[in-house]
Amino acid sequence: MNVHLYEKLWMWASGVIIAVFIVSILYTSTAQSLQPPSHVETIDPATVRTNPEFAQPGVTLNPDGSATVVVMAMMFSFLPREIRVPRGQPVTFRMTSPDLIHGFQIVQTNANAMVVPGYVTQFTTRFDTAGEYLIVCNEYCGLGHHGMYGTLIVEDGLSADSEPEVAQ
Amino acid sequence: MIPSRRLALANFWVGIGAFGIASGMALMQALSRANLDLPWRSAQMFYMSVTAHGVLMALVFTTFIIMGFGYVVTERTLRRTLAGRRVAWLGFWVALAGTTAVAVTILTGNATVLYTFYPPLKAHPAFYIGATLLVVGSWVWCGVILRTYLAWKKENPGVRIPLPLVGILATIFVWLLATPGVAAEMLFQLIPWSLGLKETVDPVLARTLFWWFGHPLVYFWLIPAYVVWYTVTPRVAGGKLFSDPLARLVFVLFIVLSTPVGFHHQLLDPGISAGWKFFHTMNTELILFPSFITAFTVVASFEVAGRMKGATGWFDWLEKLPWGNPQFSSVALAMLIFAVGGFGGAINAAFGMNAMVHNTAWIQGHFHLTVGTASALTFMGLCYWLIPILTRRELELSLLARIQPYLWFGGMLLFSVSNHLTGLQGMPRRVYEFDYGGSSVAQAWAAGTGISALGGVFLFVSAACFMAVMLGTGLAGKKGYEESIEFADPLEPPGDKARILDKMWLWVVIGVVLVMAAYAVPIFQHLQMDTFGSTGIRMF
Repeated sequence: MNVHLYEKLWMWASGVIIAVFIVSILYTSTAQSLQPPSHVETIDPATVRTNPEFAQPGVTLNPDGSATVVVMAMMFSFLPREIRVPRGQPVTFRMTSPDLIHGFQIVQTNANAMVVPGYVTQFTTRFDTAGEYLIVCNEYCGLGHHGMYGTLIVEDGLSADSEPEVAQ
Repeated sequence: MIPSRRLALANFWVGIGAFGIASGMALMQALSRANLDLPWRSAQMFYMSVTAHGVLMALVFTTFIIMGFGYVVTERTLRRTLAGRRVAWLGFWVALAGTTAVAVTILTGNATVLYTFYPPLKAHPAFYIGATLLVVGSWVWCGVILRTYLAWKKENPGVRIPLPLVGILATIFVWLLATPGVAAEMLFQLIPWSLGLKETVDPVLARTLFWWFGHPLVYFWLIPAYVVWYTVTPRVAGGKLFSDPLARLVFVLFIVLSTPVGFHHQLLDPGISAGWKFFHTMNTELILFPSFITAFTVVASFEVAGRMKGATGWFDWLEKLPWGNPQFSSVALAMLIFAVGGFGGAINAAFGMNAMVHNTAWIQGHFHLTVGTASALTFMGLCYWLIPILTRRELELSLLARIQPYLWFGGMLLFSVSNHLTGLQGMPRRVYEFDYGGSSVAQAWAAGTGISALGGVFLFVSAACFMAVMLGTGLAGKKGYEESIEFADPLEPPGDKARILDKMWLWVVIGVVLVMAAYAVPIFQHLQMDTFGSTGIRMF
């Protein structure tokens, strides 16, 4: 197959671009641990509302400064409606749904995950800027979909010592 | 003229009709998202129209146009009648019956599940059965063309497969590799579940089977558009195809790489390990390659056309191209838009960056560039070429046809750029309203949705022009138009070059192996897990 010189150059350049894409994905996913939420854990959606963990959704501040947030996503709200987490600390979200598939997206952050009935979604991220963030459902879940939202508040001075109670 | 003219036309008209209805739905959504208070505006109406628009555009318009075009290419390039035309008609009626069932179920409000129909959202069984019949009808189309091709091959050993047919065969093989996923979802999960024969359904398994089909579906839309770009448009432009073997290589790469990529739609799903998502991500990045080659070869073919018309400078060949001919302008503008859409696709599939755009307005901005323009606008250009030939009527309202691609281009830029930007600002896709309790972040999206609504109006006017030209031509076009269907010649005939690219069975086998590698193990592992199904909810 004789290929025109310009075409050869173009193909090499295309190959280089794709190689750059692949290397940057490899680098960010390994060296920077930038990975999509891929937790594998199942749960019976019929028992979510009575499950000891998900029946009491809320924030737990851990002794090491990190926080664990348990969220129930349901038609058409997130529980708890307001989530307070410490700034600059690892925050691990654990979520599930008792009814339909929902999306959990904290606007203007990289926190974005699907919440699927029968499965537990889990991911860890960190919020470096204090303030109030909007949480939206980004997967169509019926006629009330556009009314499904919550609030995330990132603040300083939140730690297991200062506030031993579980925020509701 | 081809022997199965009426069959091809029947397919085209169903596709065009679906496009017309779906365009009306689109206008309603675009205006609704700009928060304009229209009569009958309600959440119910909005989500129903999103469903109808998605299904009629993405599944019905595309599939029927592709089937019609496939028949034309097969009969014309092989110079023989379809093997089993009556079976082909049967397939057409099955697909049409399925489409009708789907459309009625959606429009009566019994299937507001969007075109992705993720369980446990539960539609009326007629929706799932109808969609399955549409796929069955398309399988008949695949079978008839393959049978015709094999009969030709037996009589013509060693003859190169005509290039346009290579593209149609690639379309068929991609479709046959992809549809088993959705067929399994329908037959083992959704149909028995919606009929009440099965109590629960596993949503992650359903999503996996759906996207096994759902991503190669985009290449099912794109490859026939590439057939037009490679084998029709260079001739319309007055030139020749720059390279025949590379076009064959592109089609073959699609057979191999189209399907093992579906998890990049599920990067944010629980229940699937990161390793498998990574494997699918890598395959997705590789499939950019055939599109890069296409950008070169097709643009080079246009340059050949310009030079054959006397251009000598660096860029003056651009002026020599027939920008006033909608058969050309539709494709040239579609390609320009696809270049942007292709890079957006690389971002969507990028492992980490996906979280910034997943399920935001960016996504609808993206696929209106790809399927909504690269494929759809090309198919409109295809109709301007083929409908007069097949109906033997002159194109009516040719002025409207001439401005229509430009209206589409302008409208799509407004619509798509604004959606990309509001998506980056975090606006979710597919929402009826975005008040979110008066959130100031959400209020900032209003500028973007306003621009996208304006783009939607342009697109609707463009679609209306297209429909007027098509209906005008079909019903009132001047009779006696006699033109034969001709494809572009390559600068050099393929001769004996790269014969291995014609060994279709080899590429199909490699494709099957890759699909098995990408899906057999993760699905097997999934079935080993203790999973809990969902009973299903009808929340619309």
